[in-house]
Amino acid sequence: MNATLEAPTAPVSAPVAQVLQEHIVEIVSDAGEGAQRCGQSLGAIAAKMGNGVWNVEIIPAEIQPPARSVAGASGNRIRIGAGPISNGGDETDLVVAFNEQVLLGRVREGELKPGCTIVLESMWREHRDAAIAAQYAATVGQLRADGYQVHEIPMERECQKIVADPRRGKNMWALGMLCRIYSLDLALGREQVAYALRKKDATVVATNQALLEAGWAWAEAHLALRYRIPAQRATEPQVVVTGNTALALGILASGMEVCAMYPITPATSVSHYLSDVFEKVGGIVHQAEDEIAACTFAIGASYSGKCAVTVTSGPGYSLKQEALGLAVMAEIPLVVINVQRGGPSTGQPTKAEQGDLLTACFGSHGDAPKVVMAVSSIEDCFYAVITARKIAETFNMVVIVLSDASLATAQQPIPRPQFSAEWLAPPIDQSPVPEGARAYDWDPVTGLSPRFVPGQPGGMHTLTGLAHDRASKVAYDPANNEAGLHMRSLKLAALQRALQPPAVFGDPDGDLLVVGWGSTQGAIREAVEELRAEGERVSALHLTFLQPMASGIGEILRRFRRVMTVEANWSDRTDDALINADNRRYSALAWMLRARYLVDIDCWSEVRGRPIKPGSVKAAIRERLTGRAGAAA
Amino acid sequence: MTAMNNCLVRLYDEHHALEDYQGGVPRWCNGCGDNAILASVQRLCRDEGLAPERTVFVSGIGCSSRFPHYMKTYGFHGIHGRALPIAQGIKMSRPELHVFVNTGDGDCCSIGAAHWIHAIRYNMNMTLLLHDNHIYGLTKKQVSPTSPVGTRSNTTPRGAFLAALNPLTVTLGVQNASFVAQAVDWIPEVLYQIVSAAFHHRGFSFVRVLQRCPEFLPQMFEPWLHDPQRTLLLTHEDGIRPSPAIAGIYRNQQRHDPADIDRAREIASSEDPIPVGILYRNPAIPCYEDLRQAGQLRTPEMIRAGLEAELDKFTVWPAGAEPAVAG
Repeated sequence: MNATLEAPTAPVSAPVAQVLQEHIVEIVSDAGEGAQRCGQSLGAIAAKMGNGVWNVEIIPAEIQPPARSVAGASGNRIRIGAGPISNGGDETDLVVAFNEQVLLGRVREGELKPGCTIVLESMWREHRDAAIAAQYAATVGQLRADGYQVHEIPMERECQKIVADPRRGKNMWALGMLCRIYSLDLALGREQVAYALRKKDATVVATNQALLEAGWAWAEAHLALRYRIPAQRATEPQVVVTGNTALALGILASGMEVCAMYPITPATSVSHYLSDVFEKVGGIVHQAEDEIAACTFAIGASYSGKCAVTVTSGPGYSLKQEALGLAVMAEIPLVVINVQRGGPSTGQPTKAEQGDLLTACFGSHGDAPKVVMAVSSIEDCFYAVITARKIAETFNMVVIVLSDASLATAQQPIPRPQFSAEWLAPPIDQSPVPEGARAYDWDPVTGLSPRFVPGQPGGMHTLTGLAHDRASKVAYDPANNEAGLHMRSLKLAALQRALQPPAVFGDPDGDLLVVGWGSTQGAIREAVEELRAEGERVSALHLTFLQPMASGIGEILRRFRRVMTVEANWSDRTDDALINADNRRYSALAWMLRARYLVDIDCWSEVRGRPIKPGSVKAAIRERLTGRAGAAA
Repeated sequence: MTAMNNCLVRLYDEHHALEDYQGGVPRWCNGCGDNAILASVQRLCRDEGLAPERTVFVSGIGCSSRFPHYMKTYGFHGIHGRALPIAQGIKMSRPELHVFVNTGDGDCCSIGAAHWIHAIRYNMNMTLLLHDNHIYGLTKKQVSPTSPVGTRSNTTPRGAFLAALNPLTVTLGVQNASFVAQAVDWIPEVLYQIVSAAFHHRGFSFVRVLQRCPEFLPQMFEPWLHDPQRTLLLTHEDGIRPSPAIAGIYRNQQRHDPADIDRAREIASSEDPIPVGILYRNPAIPCYEDLRQAGQLRTPEMIRAGLEAELDKFTVWPAGAEPAVAG
């Protein structure tokens, strides 16, 4: 049987696969039915085939929402392309659903393309509970009436031929079916199942591989859906990782030794992965008793040795504010990773938002200058941490790295990093401090000062969060206080002088410039690219450094007739009755750009908790271009 | 001087005088119990020959937390309540350093209470000195968690509403407590013995020092100062061995084995007489930094090899370029 399945040539009667440039496929189930693993595996297989891939998790807010609930959809969405893919794309083309209620949730959220293909578990039609059977029949009827192509599949029944409890394994059957639908290599599928279940014993792996093959065989025999997305295997090795895994690998590669954290969604998976691997290279993940302890533990570790890192999300980031001020005041290097989620307060723990930019730049009381960077791709997640560590230790500063929930779980192949010893910090200096040297001997031009580390003879001083003089002595006098604020601020300017101006995507001038930061880069560029192909004079600018901002940005902004930001945070809508130019609250980056460059910058934003879609960006840009929307009158 | 000479001098010249640890004239009030704690600790550093550059005093905020400024070692005067996690980060990163924590009853038992409880569980090798004067001093006389019920302060002008928290019973109630002692600032000989025992204990040494605040609670410990019978001196060959002079004054003594946790909890509950001595010691409890194998030597080669091994797990190789051995 295996031999026939592996044969690349299909039977003569088989449908001819439709060749596509890209497709968005998602698989949704109740939580705990394994749709996540199915989707991630599908993405990994397609990536190994050489397709461009972008995976995004579909996560309900609760761990175990009630079964068959509209709000309980759990799963994964995979955009597969013939070329590179930089974002999750727009609406779904094909959805596999284990019940019609979670599917209904996706329909109501507007996530499915009108008339798209639905592959639905059919067991509910015959359910012993008449209410459920009726619910199912009514939903399917309505979906068909609405133009969806519904294929009812007896997944449960087919799985029962192999396993007693189909709830464990149906996902792999569905994976096999999807591999057949998308003409993927079944041998890669078997490998992927073995990898995904590498912590289980051999019989579990074998059973799941049998389910995979059964799903494939069933689709081969009964399903007329056949697609092929041309793939070209990369010539260089690629790694397929999520944003959070890339952050963790970046921590490992940066040479940092201590990561202190407290569990918080959606940042925690960074620490999950790191906990598994960090100790093998002498690193330590410390789960502290709270967010404040995580931050201060990292500060203590940084103070006495190499720069440490703390990983958190919005609420945890808020809790760390006072400690961050201490690190700023005492000039202790520290890397803080904030995987943003919906806010304020507990907000939307599993959903994406870019709501923390202003807090990152201006948080903590008093003037507390910090470096703020944002990652805009999976590859960035890896390299940004290495850069952040280096800046933190060169400037004795706090460096905030902003990611968000949409990058956290997104998965994409990136070129395999080539390790460089330059990524690491030199060993801790334990040499004697020259007589007369002072702990804060600020350079009057750059604000930089040496850092004396415990163990260095002659460097003894008491570091303090109080205002202090160059010898680290508490000093409340006006001149010393002002000197401290002056020098700590100068360091940002010193770093700013070293930053390269960002490159414009598209022409260097035109009708409209779309400025973004963080995870929206892929969607913005895709929208801009399409509009440019349609003849519009639109370009994009994406910022990695939000504080300080590189030189040359003002000149770029002024070369365009209009400028707008696209962000996943709140901004007042200009069509609200009470909103006008005097009271409109702008998106975070728009605020910052307007303040710094005195350019009348507009913004468009969305806070729907999901990654911004290129189609939505395109529509927003079109509105600006046609003048149907814009800055409030 | 050549580098070699430097080494030789460093090897043989580890003798330090008291002045080597004195970092400045303390700004505490006259008669403040913090001065006695400082004197004991500086004496300990000298007697143990601690290298000033390998010794770190970490503190939070409050009168007590000015302590590191008066030492000529490395010091970290942090933020309110957070001395312990800072000290833990230091110890985890550099387990070879001698780490001390100075904290007050507000800093440790109020704003930093969560860290205090967890520090006991972590049992990292460091000495905590709780400067407990039962009142907020730096912010000028507010009630603290250890203020006795009825204490009049600026926030409790008609007297504190709640019974005082007992830091000894709390500490002895937490899993992994490994060293608990109580000293009073007015018996410097015993204070020194306790600080020394705490330093020599491998684990988290919790030392509560009852300490006078002449500015805001001048009468607080008067009854105990005037009546030595109201001090219960805990003696043991593994604990405090008072000199004949002290033993002659403080005759209310009890032989207490610091290994006996049940008896330690009973003694800890006593507020009058005040127990002074080592209540509990258990050197068998593992230190968190040891469990985590802190202080391992890391080389760039280790990091490179570790990273490559991880990247291998996620790598898609170009056709024909797979490594010879697949996972």
